[in-house]
Amino acid sequence: MIVWLTRHAQTLFGTLGRLSQQRMQTGMTILVIGIALTLPACLQVLTKNVAALGDSFDRTIELSVYMRTDAAVAQAEQLAAQLRARPDFAEVRLIKADEGLAEFRARSGFGEALDALESNPLPHALVIRPVASFTGAKQLDALAGELKMLPGVESVQLDSVWVERFNAMLDALRSGSWVAAILLAIGVTVIIGNTIRADIHSRRAEIEIAKLVGASDAFVRRPFLYTGVWYGLGGALLALLLTALIVALLSVPIARLAGLYGGAYSLSGLGLDGSFKLLALGVGLGWVGSLVAANWQLRQVEPS
Amino acid sequence: MIRFEHVFKRYPNGREALSDLSLEVASGELAFLTGHSGAGKSTLLKLIALIERPTRGQVTVNGRNVNGIARRKLPAHRRQIGMVFQDHKLLADRTIFDNVALPLIVSGVSGKEIGKRVRASLDQVGLLPMERCLPVELSTGEQQRVGIARAVVSKPPILIADEPTGNLDPDLSLEVMRIFSRFRDVGVTVLIASHDLALIEHVASSSPVRRIRLEGGRVLQ
Repeated sequence: MIVWLTRHAQTLFGTLGRLSQQRMQTGMTILVIGIALTLPACLQVLTKNVAALGDSFDRTIELSVYMRTDAAVAQAEQLAAQLRARPDFAEVRLIKADEGLAEFRARSGFGEALDALESNPLPHALVIRPVASFTGAKQLDALAGELKMLPGVESVQLDSVWVERFNAMLDALRSGSWVAAILLAIGVTVIIGNTIRADIHSRRAEIEIAKLVGASDAFVRRPFLYTGVWYGLGGALLALLLTALIVALLSVPIARLAGLYGGAYSLSGLGLDGSFKLLALGVGLGWVGSLVAANWQLRQVEPS
Repeated sequence: MIRFEHVFKRYPNGREALSDLSLEVASGELAFLTGHSGAGKSTLLKLIALIERPTRGQVTVNGRNVNGIARRKLPAHRRQIGMVFQDHKLLADRTIFDNVALPLIVSGVSGKEIGKRVRASLDQVGLLPMERCLPVELSTGEQQRVGIARAVVSKPPILIADEPTGNLDPDLSLEVMRIFSRFRDVGVTVLIASHDLALIEHVASSSPVRRIRLEGGRVLQ
C-alpha cells in the first residue's frame, strides 16, 4: 500500500516536473484550456447575477385593485377587511379616493389643474401584496381574475407580463449557458486528449521499453493521466483568475449603472462553491480526456 | 523450460519466419541460436516474450502454454523473462540506476529493496561506480552490460538475448558472454541469438553450450 502510494506520488510530481521542463508547450495548452473554461464560468456568473436581480423583483410584485368610482368608502373598507382575513395576502393597503388625490396632487405637480375638477375622478384603491409563495405568473393571473369578480371592483392591474418575460429570458440564458458549457467541455476534453496523444507519440520508445520489462497498461497509462489532470487543473486555475479579473473590471461600471437607477447592486463573482466546481470540472475533464486518449493510443504502442 | 511444438509464424506481409519448428531448451541450459539473418532467430525470441504470437503450433514457457495468455496477463509473463537487445534499448534521459530499476518499479518493489537489488545487479556486470551516469556517457560495451543488469535485476528464470554482441569488438563480446555464462551457472535458462560463430566456439571451449542452428524457419539437425 505504501509502495503503491509512493509510486503515485512520484508519478504525480514527476509529471509536474516534466511539464515544467516543457514550459512553452505546457503554457500554451493551459492557456487554451483556461480561455475555453473562462467562457462558461463567466456565463455562470452572469446567470447567477441576473437570477439574483430577479429575486429582488419578485418581492415587490403587487396587485392594484380599483373600485368603481361610485363605490362608497364603507364598501372599500369592508372589502379591505375581507381581503386582509385571507391567508394568501401578506399586505392589503387601502388608498381612499381622497388620499389618492392628495398624493397625486403632491407628487404630480398638477395641483392647479386638479382644482379645476368638480369632483374627485379617482376611485378607492387597494394595493395587495401576495405572500412570497405567490410568484408564478399563472398564479398571479388567476388571483387577478378572482379579485375582479368581487363586488364593487372595477379593474385589477397586474403587470405580470414582464415577470414572465424576465423568467423566460432567465431560462433561455440558463439553457444557453448549459449548451455553451457542454460544447466547451467537449472542446477542452479534445484539447487535452490531443495533447496527450502527441505526448504518447513522442514517448513511444520509452513506452515500448516499459512494456518489454513487464509494465502493465495501468502503469504505462498513469503518468499520462496525471499529466492530463495537471493540464485541467492549470486551465481551471487560469479560468478562475480570468473570471475574477473580468468580474473586477465590470463591477465598477455596473455599480455606477445601478447607482443611476437609484439601486445599490453589486456584481458577485463565482464564489467559493463555484470556484471549487470549476476546479473540479477542470480536473475531471483533464482526467477523462487523457484517459480516452491513453486507452486508445497505448494499445497501438506495442514493442516489435 | 522453453518448448516449441510444430510452430509456424507467418507475418501479415506473407513472409513465413518459422515453419514447423520444434525445439526444447531445458532449465539451466545455455543455448545459442545460430543461423543467417532471416533464419527466424529473432522471431523465435519474440514468440517466447509474446512480442509476437504464433500463427500455429504451441509454445510453452516455464510450464505455461503462451497461446492462452490474455493481453492483460502479458506483463506477468514478461516479468519472468529477462531480455537483452542488440541496441540495448536504454532510456536516454534516465540514469543507469533508473534504467536498471525499471523492471522492479513496474512490478511494485519497494524503494529500499530496489536500491539493494539494482546495486547488486550493477555490481555483477562491473558497473556499480557508473550508477549516476546517463547512458550516453558510457561506451557501447558498458551500455550493453547495463542492458544485461536490467534484464537480470528481477531475477527472472529465463534470459533471452538477441545479438547482444552485434555492436561489440571481440574482447567486449567475450566479456559479455562470460557474464551470460555466470547466470547459467546460477540456474538461469539462457537463450542467445547470435551469428558470431567464432565467439560461440570460444565460449564453448571453456564450458558446455548447446548450439541450435536455424535455417529457413526450422531447426537444422
